[in-house]
Amino acid sequence: MMKGLKKWRLFSLLAVLTVFLAGCGQEELSTLLPAGQVGKDQFNLLLLSSGIMLLVIIVVVTIYLVALVRFRRSKLGEDHIPEQVEGSHKLELVWTIIPILLILLLAVPTVYYTYKLGDVAAMGAVDEDGNAENLVVDVTAKLYWWEFEYPDLGIVTAQELVVPMDEKVYFNLLAADVKHSFWIPAVGGKLDTNVENVNKFYLVFEKDSQDLKDGVFYGKCAELCGPSHALMDFKVKTMPRPEFDQWVTAMQNTAENQVVANQDGQEVFQQSCIGCHATSGVGESGAQGPNLATFGDRNRVAGFLDHTDEKLVEWIRDTQEHKPGNKMPSFDKNQISDAEMDALVEYLMGLSVE
Amino acid sequence: MSSVAQKKGFGATLWDWLTTVDHKKIGILYFLGGGFFFVLGGIEAMMIRWQLHIPNNDFVSAGLFNDLITMHGTTMIFLAAMPILFGFMNAIVPLQIGARDVAFPFINSLGFWMFFFGGLFLNISWLYGEVPDAGWTSYASLSLASQGHGVDFYAIGLQIAGGGTLMAGINFLVTIINMRAPGMTYMRMPLFTWTTFVASAMILFAFPPLTVGLFFLTFDRMFGGNFFNHTMGGNTIIWEHIFWIFGHPEVYILILPAFGIFSEIFSIFSRKRLFGYPSMVFATVLIGFLGFMVWAHHMFTVGLGPTANAIFAVATMAIAVPTGVKIFNWLLTMWGGSIKITTPMLYALGFIPSFVMGGVTGVMQGAAPLDYQLHDSYFIVAHFHYVIVGGVVLAILAATHLYWPKMFGTMLNETLGKVTFWFFFIGFHMTFLIQHWLGFWGMPRRVWTYMDGQGWNLANLISTIGAFMMAIGVIVLVINAIMTSVKNVKVANDPWGDGRTLEWAIESPPIYYNFHATPLVRGLDTVWIEKMEGNESGLTPAEPIKDIHMPNGSIIPLLMSFGLFIAGFGAMFRTEESWGLPVLIFGLLWTFVSMAARSLQDDTGYYIKKDEILRDLKRKGGQN
Amino acid sequence: MDLNKKFTPETWPDHPERATLEAKNKFVGFWLFLGGETILFATLFATYVALKNSGPSGFGFSTQELYELPLVFVMTMLLLTSSLTSVFAMYHLRNYNFKKMQLWLAITAFLGLGFLMLEVYEFSHYVGLGFTYGNSAFSSAFFTLVGTHGFHVAVGLVWVTLLIFRNAKRGLNLYNATKYYTFSLYWHFIDVVWVFIFTVVYLMGVVG
Repeated sequence: MMKGLKKWRLFSLLAVLTVFLAGCGQEELSTLLPAGQVGKDQFNLLLLSSGIMLLVIIVVVTIYLVALVRFRRSKLGEDHIPEQVEGSHKLELVWTIIPILLILLLAVPTVYYTYKLGDVAAMGAVDEDGNAENLVVDVTAKLYWWEFEYPDLGIVTAQELVVPMDEKVYFNLLAADVKHSFWIPAVGGKLDTNVENVNKFYLVFEKDSQDLKDGVFYGKCAELCGPSHALMDFKVKTMPRPEFDQWVTAMQNTAENQVVANQDGQEVFQQSCIGCHATSGVGESGAQGPNLATFGDRNRVAGFLDHTDEKLVEWIRDTQEHKPGNKMPSFDKNQISDAEMDALVEYLMGLSVE
Repeated sequence: MSSVAQKKGFGATLWDWLTTVDHKKIGILYFLGGGFFFVLGGIEAMMIRWQLHIPNNDFVSAGLFNDLITMHGTTMIFLAAMPILFGFMNAIVPLQIGARDVAFPFINSLGFWMFFFGGLFLNISWLYGEVPDAGWTSYASLSLASQGHGVDFYAIGLQIAGGGTLMAGINFLVTIINMRAPGMTYMRMPLFTWTTFVASAMILFAFPPLTVGLFFLTFDRMFGGNFFNHTMGGNTIIWEHIFWIFGHPEVYILILPAFGIFSEIFSIFSRKRLFGYPSMVFATVLIGFLGFMVWAHHMFTVGLGPTANAIFAVATMAIAVPTGVKIFNWLLTMWGGSIKITTPMLYALGFIPSFVMGGVTGVMQGAAPLDYQLHDSYFIVAHFHYVIVGGVVLAILAATHLYWPKMFGTMLNETLGKVTFWFFFIGFHMTFLIQHWLGFWGMPRRVWTYMDGQGWNLANLISTIGAFMMAIGVIVLVINAIMTSVKNVKVANDPWGDGRTLEWAIESPPIYYNFHATPLVRGLDTVWIEKMEGNESGLTPAEPIKDIHMPNGSIIPLLMSFGLFIAGFGAMFRTEESWGLPVLIFGLLWTFVSMAARSLQDDTGYYIKKDEILRDLKRKGGQN
Repeated sequence: MDLNKKFTPETWPDHPERATLEAKNKFVGFWLFLGGETILFATLFATYVALKNSGPSGFGFSTQELYELPLVFVMTMLLLTSSLTSVFAMYHLRNYNFKKMQLWLAITAFLGLGFLMLEVYEFSHYVGLGFTYGNSAFSSAFFTLVGTHGFHVAVGLVWVTLLIFRNAKRGLNLYNATKYYTFSLYWHFIDVVWVFIFTVVYLMGVVG
């Protein structure tokens, strides 16, 4: 009986684990398919804690089922008066001490990883020439978009974070209006962007985003920030260091050598859009609207709409319809005629550094 | 007086209920009021799930969705779960300790009416058209940025309802400290009384921070304060701390009475003394204590630093130990017992695996680095629904069946009760089990819609189907309640047959002064002891029958609460309407004058004469 | 309960404030209420400490320059003395000496009123300097903490005034003895809170 029970336990454990692994989600945004050291640490902690917790569940459910089968009144008879047991110090001691040991088993790695993942001491380090040793990205969360500044490189972008692979990338996180939270599920846990203080942490990206379904990792806002909280997505492109360096150079060149796919479009842009949007990737954070220097390379319009000409037109024509509460005005046909719009779209889609 | 109230007309009956200070009637008022808000919060939940059953749904707008989640959470916690539990506490705890009423009948009534008017105030926002939309946590930067009067309704409504809760807490504490029958020592108190006691103590220490936090929010939004406005030197993290210093104990305030209810049920329907009673009491107190030490685990991602996170992570995990003790004690209560599966027992049996699931996911989130992934994802939504629905709501449904005869004098239909259970239980697991994985797959909580192609569609659909099964279960329960009330078949003292505590030794429902003579308590499960020794009544009187002192009913609690309700509107429209300030002053003055009237009138109650009690006894045809 | 039952100093119980079950309930309940009040003030103190001297950029007020210690010292003395006089009143409550009790309570109220008027003066002085409620997070936290205390003093004053006049003709009984006693508890509590305000807000503000 006991042996059978043990086998059954093992089997159910395996069965549960199989189901667990089968439902791993999509690799561009699942925490169960971690694509970086931070996410992997957290995933390991998940496996450890789930294992311990499954053990607890199995023990409880076993006692529960046996009690339920053995001690039914229908079996024992209506008149059966059970012995009024007061308790058992031995047993109570057992189920106090064993949980404490299990908790300790989990607490030690928890504390270890808490300090490990919270270590940003190397953030400001510089080499002998005074150059920063690590890549630092300043993230500013705004209603409802993300601005990414690379302070040591003098460039700024929005909506799509571009990072090199296999090195620690440090982040300074801040919100410009209300609180948001910065989360790239597949790469590592989130950290809030507070309004009054800068939060710092690091992530490591170990998978090339080119191999993913859309060529990008998905990033999310994880703190309720208003009506369009659900639409405050961003994307992450990861690439080997040499490619990243090329991208940086290209970005730095956008100040002078801009691709102009449509001259008329550029004029429309300079009339209607330039007040909030920059097309040069050189600069700092603090813009009214997202930087558009890499707009043509992006995966989505406004962070979540399909990256097509039609969607872009729909977006500009009625921004509130798509992203309620956002700060961008809509432009009707009196402000931008259909012909101008076509030119503008061609111009925008042509903005590219890749 | 209230003894002859039954034969009065509608107006007089209504007046009787509006002015009642009888703990049993106030219990029913709490139960009905909380039940109403439970249905309201449930409808909101159904709308949320319907919106999310397919990607890119446009059933509700983004703004309305935020209204719905905010009101669903706020309503369920403050206006449904807590008041319904207060209902059972009011109806049962004084009976369990052999008391004739609570310590402060007047304040008891005041607590109810403040809850009621606070809840009404909050929900009038739906009619006004500007609804709280910053989440039930109303984090400061968003709650300050929120347009319109929505968050004002939240701040003022909760302030009024919270005041009522605080009064109820103090009232139960004093009742349990001072009003126990002779022989009812602390270590003989039934577990439901014990958990009520600890939960009330937690209310006493957890609600003042909420009061202060809501005042800050009110001042910031309506009176030019700058507590959370960082451009003026304020700090939004203060709100998060204050909210969770209240908010974390709050979940234990909910779950402890639920533990108490299940302890009663396991004991009754296993026909066996609660296993390890002293350790159950100790675990309850310890959980109550630790409940105040762990608030920052809601804030692991706020950036408090690794040291704070590590400390709060370990403290959080520690709570698993006393909770585990409780689980095993319940299992061992069943072990060796004689288990009868009635509807309440069915809920208790459903509770064990559900709550263990909720508990272990709680420990997982206590591991701070892992929580960075799980926080504010659907995993946390799954976790707290497992704890609150799998723990508190199952307890409420169980107690509804268990105590229905004691509160209303008739039994709910057992078959329909079991139908309710199975719909609710299966629906519950369908709704929330899959949400753990939605969280793993990167779905943030509080999203009003989601794009296609992220792998979330099927799971969300399953979740929605489950939610509607839960709704069917609740509808069956309502039908059951109506049918039973119409039939109204009266039952005896102990309709379950295995009652162990004092409430099962008196009529269902009890006469308005509860006990003809105060009972003598001879041990834990005193009624069981008496019955085993052959005393069929289950009671031994501690004193001869004599005059009983009773409190008078009063309309003043209702009037005082109504004044605050009025003042709330004045405060809200103070700056934009000319009538705002006068109405604010008028409302506060109204409350103050009512209070002064109470204070000056010297209401010392009345006596029921011995003859009358003897007459009641004779009519019943028996002793006690 | 019989309100008309007459006592003599000999028959008057040692602890009149908790001689009946109702009185005992009120007594315990009020202590618990004060426990809750303690948490309320603790939250206000914590917020004040977190926000003190904190304002918009270019903010010109600091605790060192703002507070007027001599004035606050006089206020402190008034309130401490009023606590003492309320102790005298309670002494006469135990003695069943109604007239002296009323007198000492009247003095207590009078001292409390003096405190409150000085506080109003202090507040209006700060507002005159431009340190208004909406001026900064610091000012909001200051006025809320000290103002909440002031509000408690005002409530206490109204309470004791009502007690004095309501019972003037009736004398002491076991019903109102509890009311008098809980008032004195409340008044001591206010006094203790003020001691903390004086230390944390004023002394540590000016010196620390």
